[in-house]
Amino acid sequence: MFDRIKADFILNFVESDRWLMILKGVVATLEITSVALVIGVVIGVIIAAVRSTYDKNGEDMKRRGGASYHLLHAANTVCRLYLTVIRGTPTVVQLLIAYFIIFASSNNDILVAMIAFGINSGAYVAEIIRGGIMSIDEGQFEAGRSLGLNYYMTMRYVVVPQVIKNVLPALFNEFIVLIKETSVAGYIGVEDLTKMGDLIRSRTYSAFMPLLAVAAIYLIMVMGLTALDTRLERRLRRNER
Amino acid sequence: MKDESYLIRVEDLHKHYRDHTIHALDGVSINIKKGEVVCIIGPSGSGKSTLLRSLNLMEMPSSGHIFVDDVDITDPKIDINLHRQKMGMVFQHFNLFPNMTVQKNMTIAPEKVLKKNPDEAKKQALALLERVGLSDRADAYPDQLSGGQKQRIAIVRALMMEPEVMLFDEPTSALDPEMVGEVLDVMKELAKEGMTMVVVTHEMGFAREVAERIVFMDSGKIIETGTPEEIFESPKSERLQSFLAKVL
Ligand SMILES: Nc1ncnc2c1ncn2[C@@H]1O[C@H](COP(=O)(O)OP(=O)(O)O)[C@@H](O)[C@H]1O
Ligand SMILES: [Mg+2]
Repeated sequence: MFDRIKADFILNFVESDRWLMILKGVVATLEITSVALVIGVVIGVIIAAVRSTYDKNGEDMKRRGGASYHLLHAANTVCRLYLTVIRGTPTVVQLLIAYFIIFASSNNDILVAMIAFGINSGAYVAEIIRGGIMSIDEGQFEAGRSLGLNYYMTMRYVVVPQVIKNVLPALFNEFIVLIKETSVAGYIGVEDLTKMGDLIRSRTYSAFMPLLAVAAIYLIMVMGLTALDTRLERRLRRNER
Repeated sequence: MKDESYLIRVEDLHKHYRDHTIHALDGVSINIKKGEVVCIIGPSGSGKSTLLRSLNLMEMPSSGHIFVDDVDITDPKIDINLHRQKMGMVFQHFNLFPNMTVQKNMTIAPEKVLKKNPDEAKKQALALLERVGLSDRADAYPDQLSGGQKQRIAIVRALMMEPEVMLFDEPTSALDPEMVGEVLDVMKELAKEGMTMVVVTHEMGFAREVAERIVFMDSGKIIETGTPEEIFESPKSERLQSFLAKVL
């Protein structure tokens, strides 16, 4: 029994240095996730800014007239379209469209994956941040504006600091979700952790070891991030004083 | 149309909500002199807050005009932020910034809007805190304060901008009864110093003692205005009579 497990282990991880494949897969998964998260946060912040400004300051801008309101209105429409499409279609389909249609001329599959997951994540991050802004009491805006702070100052000094604290846990959770979501990157040939496990399986004809190893590694990464998140939240709470 | 004697002139102000279904203000006109203390009373939903909040454009009037220092602030070309600096506002729920210390709550607007030197702003803040008996709370955060303390801080935060007018929207309604006095005392002091004040309040004792003029509103209209004596001793309209019968 023990010998069989040992032989299985050697076959799947030691022979032909297959553990290196796993390692490469982990690196690819982490790379895709991190870059996608950065792209997602950038997109999300921009979209949340456009949407919130439209909701909260649009009336004012409209009253004063000028081109800026029309620009904001157009940007808001584009953002809403983006959110609807991204959140209304499966991630894998988006990934395939990105690879085979939008970036058809590129064969850098890992870069395409980063961009596709980033664009996907941006929609969710945008809604997290917008939700964070909406959850701030209207009285906070009013107090800021009543003191003569303009819309941007009120956002910057009063609202955003409170929003950041509120949304960090949700953003962290998005990071965790994203790690797992990237496991479909193999669809476009990216050799991420999942794909590598599957490759080993197809070469050794033994599914148990490689797939369980892959699952375990995802689990460890997610648990690690969760632990980090808990510490972060505790620190945030302590900083309230 | 220049009229030197009034600081604020409101002319035929209307405010509709939801495409005319709610008429929160229905043709309100009122003039307020510099240094005057005006209390607005009336049943809930009568438009008191809407009128008060129109004065610093927290609510945009649907029609009518508001002149402050003879400038029509309902003109879309007006710099709203510049106007709001002149009008301090105190809210029922204090609305202190929880992410800042008391001192920072007070200095943020002078520093960012008036570009006041931080040391100077700090000195001014500490002096004001001293006046309301809260100098020891400068470094506290809002959630470490009692309701009465919060509201006193909110008042001096607004004073930091050296406004011409102070607007109060039921400043004591969210307070435990034992804390109402300390806030009203600060307001009385302010009135004594000659601050122009418009106060929406349910504190009839305060209105009687401090107001030079009382405005009674009902269903979006000013029904009656007069000195505290006129309003409380010889109310003319039936609506005011029945309102007073309920609250006194
Ligand atoms: N943002 C709003 N949207 C719709 N209706 C409102 C809004 N604010 C106030 N109202 C309505 O306008 C009327 C006057 O409200 P308000 O000025 O707050 O009265 P008061 O302060 O005297 O209690 C009420 O009928 C209220 O329901
Ligand atoms: Mg009210």
